[in-house]
Amino acid sequence: MKISRILLILFLVLFHVNANALDIAEHTLKNGLKVLVLEDHKAPTATFQIWYRVGSRDENIGKTGLSHLLEHMMFKGTKKYGPKTFSQTVQRAGGTDNAFTSKEYTGYFELLASDRIGLPIELEADRMRNLVMTKDAVLSERDVVTEERRLRYDDDPQSLVYEQVMAMAFNNHPYRWPVIGWMSDLKTLDPDDLISHYRTYYAPNNAVIIVVGDVKKEDIVSKVGAAFGDIPASPEIKATKIEDEEQIGERRFYVKKEAELPFIVSAYKVPDIKHEDGFALDVLGSILSDGKSSRLYHRLVYEQQIALSAWAGYEGLYKDPFLFLTGATAASGKNIEDVEKAINNEIEKIKKEPPSGQEVQKSKNQIEASFIMGQDSIYMQARMIGTFEMIGGWRLWDQYLVGVRKVSPEDVRRVAEKYLVPDTRTTGILIPLKGDKK
Amino acid sequence: MKKIQICILLFLCLLFPFHTLSYAGSIAQREILDNGITLLHSEKTVLPIVTVVVAIKAGSVAETPEKAGLANLTADLLNEGTKTRSSKEISDAIEFVGGSLNTSGGADYITVSLSVLKKDIELGFDLLSDVILNPAFSDDEIKRRKTSIKNSIIQQKEEPDVIVSKAFYEAVFGKHPYGRPVEGTEETLDRITREDISAFYKEHYLPNNTIITVVGDISKSELTSLLERYFMNWRKKVSKEMLLPPPVFEDKPKVIKIQKALTQANIMLGHLGIKRDNPDYYAVSVMNYILGGGGFASRLMDNIRDNKGLAYDVHSTFSANKYSGSFQAGLQTKNESANTAIEETLKEMERIRTEQVTDKELGDAKSYLTGSFPLRIDSNRKIAAFLTSVEFYGLGLDYVDNYRKFIEAVTKDDILRVARKYLNTKNYVLVVVGDLEKAVLKY
Repeated sequence: MKISRILLILFLVLFHVNANALDIAEHTLKNGLKVLVLEDHKAPTATFQIWYRVGSRDENIGKTGLSHLLEHMMFKGTKKYGPKTFSQTVQRAGGTDNAFTSKEYTGYFELLASDRIGLPIELEADRMRNLVMTKDAVLSERDVVTEERRLRYDDDPQSLVYEQVMAMAFNNHPYRWPVIGWMSDLKTLDPDDLISHYRTYYAPNNAVIIVVGDVKKEDIVSKVGAAFGDIPASPEIKATKIEDEEQIGERRFYVKKEAELPFIVSAYKVPDIKHEDGFALDVLGSILSDGKSSRLYHRLVYEQQIALSAWAGYEGLYKDPFLFLTGATAASGKNIEDVEKAINNEIEKIKKEPPSGQEVQKSKNQIEASFIMGQDSIYMQARMIGTFEMIGGWRLWDQYLVGVRKVSPEDVRRVAEKYLVPDTRTTGILIPLKGDKK
Repeated sequence: MKKIQICILLFLCLLFPFHTLSYAGSIAQREILDNGITLLHSEKTVLPIVTVVVAIKAGSVAETPEKAGLANLTADLLNEGTKTRSSKEISDAIEFVGGSLNTSGGADYITVSLSVLKKDIELGFDLLSDVILNPAFSDDEIKRRKTSIKNSIIQQKEEPDVIVSKAFYEAVFGKHPYGRPVEGTEETLDRITREDISAFYKEHYLPNNTIITVVGDISKSELTSLLERYFMNWRKKVSKEMLLPPPVFEDKPKVIKIQKALTQANIMLGHLGIKRDNPDYYAVSVMNYILGGGGFASRLMDNIRDNKGLAYDVHSTFSANKYSGSFQAGLQTKNESANTAIEETLKEMERIRTEQVTDKELGDAKSYLTGSFPLRIDSNRKIAAFLTSVEFYGLGLDYVDNYRKFIEAVTKDDILRVARKYLNTKNYVLVVVGDLEKAVLKY
């Protein structure tokens, strides 16, 4: 996936925000399992999602990629259902299923006709504690993940730059390694590592269930209680406080690889969305990058025609301070240095002069509209609830919108000046090598 | 992500966009307007939003090979300036209200899509009709978009999946328009003039070539009044029904090897398939679900990913389009396992051609294909895409009732028959992009 596409998805996620306080019902079972239900009756479908508070940030050097490999293993069968049955059972019910792992969390979901919602509840309760992991299955799935890594990173020069930017921007924070893991680590992960990770983190008191769709709250709470209620809580997991060391100078690197067009990514250190400056940073990203009327597109792609694409974005949906990213793919025959200068010019401009009221209003309108349009999809609503819940509570969603509405043009200028400083920047540049075409 | 069912979902949307509606009857109202526009309207009042998809039969099948990319460029230029608005004025206007107005090229048809809040519907229709009816096609914008598309074509050369599919379609479809990339090539784009664009626009952008699908919080009377104001000055003109000769089936395997310094061999294997109006479409759908369309329920995934750990993503697809279609199985595996993966793919194709599928496989496939229908139309965006396809392929709105019947009627013998008829393990196109020294292909 190209970075621009990753960002687009992040934007869609970030901008899908509550305008009028959604009617989410919250219930916590005695064993600590939290259940969030949002009734949405526009179609006879529903999504069931279970999110575990474990991601690559909970891994160690030498064992990176463990959370993601475990996510794969979760489809391999339990004592009760045996191998190769999970997805087949869901599909037989006319449903689809999948999963995602991030730096902060691991989530599993099903989408299906809402009158069949009992099925995923039963299947997810079963695999929370009863997974079977044989050595053969682990070794084979490890191979699958190495193929996934080759596909997503090793053969995609732009993704490699992105991966390296993370690795260099963070010094001592686990955010530095990729969710999929380093190749050399993947080759050594063994069943014991997985079993211990599974036993530690896959417990009712470390999970949240989110259901959105044509369901009744009381019915979901009672079904979840029946299926998950007897699973005992695990010992509490103590959160480790990790603070990345202050960056005291720009970091730069190059990736030389067979490719066609030069590419650049820069990352600046910024606070997470729980910080009051998060809202203005989000609006800043939108003004620079959202749509064809945005500053970077208009200047670099449309007017100067030095870039094929140019973008920026605030990534604040993390537990700890993360990054503000900018990037571009140079147009054929254009210098990546000129592209970098042009991006930096736009940043300097906004530091000197606040954006117009019209520009800020446009961003706010985009955020509000995306929130309403996002409700077209039950899946996206559940993803939003889950994302906010994982980083500090689903109610942040409301606060986020309120916060965005208060942002002034001067706030945008101020956060640009405060955070987009070269000394906390990490820049990676792809230098294309010509291929050996035969 | 653990699984690549996104793939299946996308693929099913393409291949089976027409599942049975359990609550059928009034999924949409259809009518032909005076100037020939086909209108599909589905009123959904839960959310204050409106989605409009305008599909025009002006895809790349309507262009000449010398000017490949003309149809896509014409569509691309629609929102880059009209007689009264500049490109920036258009994007400023729609983005200020948090809406979107996008164009998209295609082989059979192009689309212009509008998404706005209900309160902005007037502005939305104003912009939508302006970009469709009054595009300026200024020399400046033509030059700019050509350069941009050429840059995208250059960038595609670093995307193995694009290299593979371009080579595959060219080999399978030959001179048929489906064999050409919709965006054209650097050479053909250079040949396209402003006159070509204007002429193509005049010939194909006609109300009687157009389907407008409107889904969302808008009543019939509101819609009628908007159409009256913004689309009724669009004049009908005679348009020729396009007749394309079918592509010719190659009579021996064709192997294309492309060297790239990659860690994986990107493999695509297949041949011509079926047209969308082929009565065997439903049996083929069930057969392909079992072979490689059904994600973890499919044989290719079970064999190549689950049992052998050779690939993350492996699947097969029948792309059934208006004038022709293709079958392809695709996967990526480390260069060293390319031979094994190809061999296993051919083995699975041969197995489904020679042995009956099991009752369980048949039952599971039908159960998924019919049971997942509600998911295909559970949002306005999905309903709009569904209705556009139903209309374009002439399936009729009662298709929502018929689909289940068609799928339920498929037998094990049907599957064997269509597998024999539409899968070929002797005559196929095989494309491999990867490190050929490491792959040491036997093929």
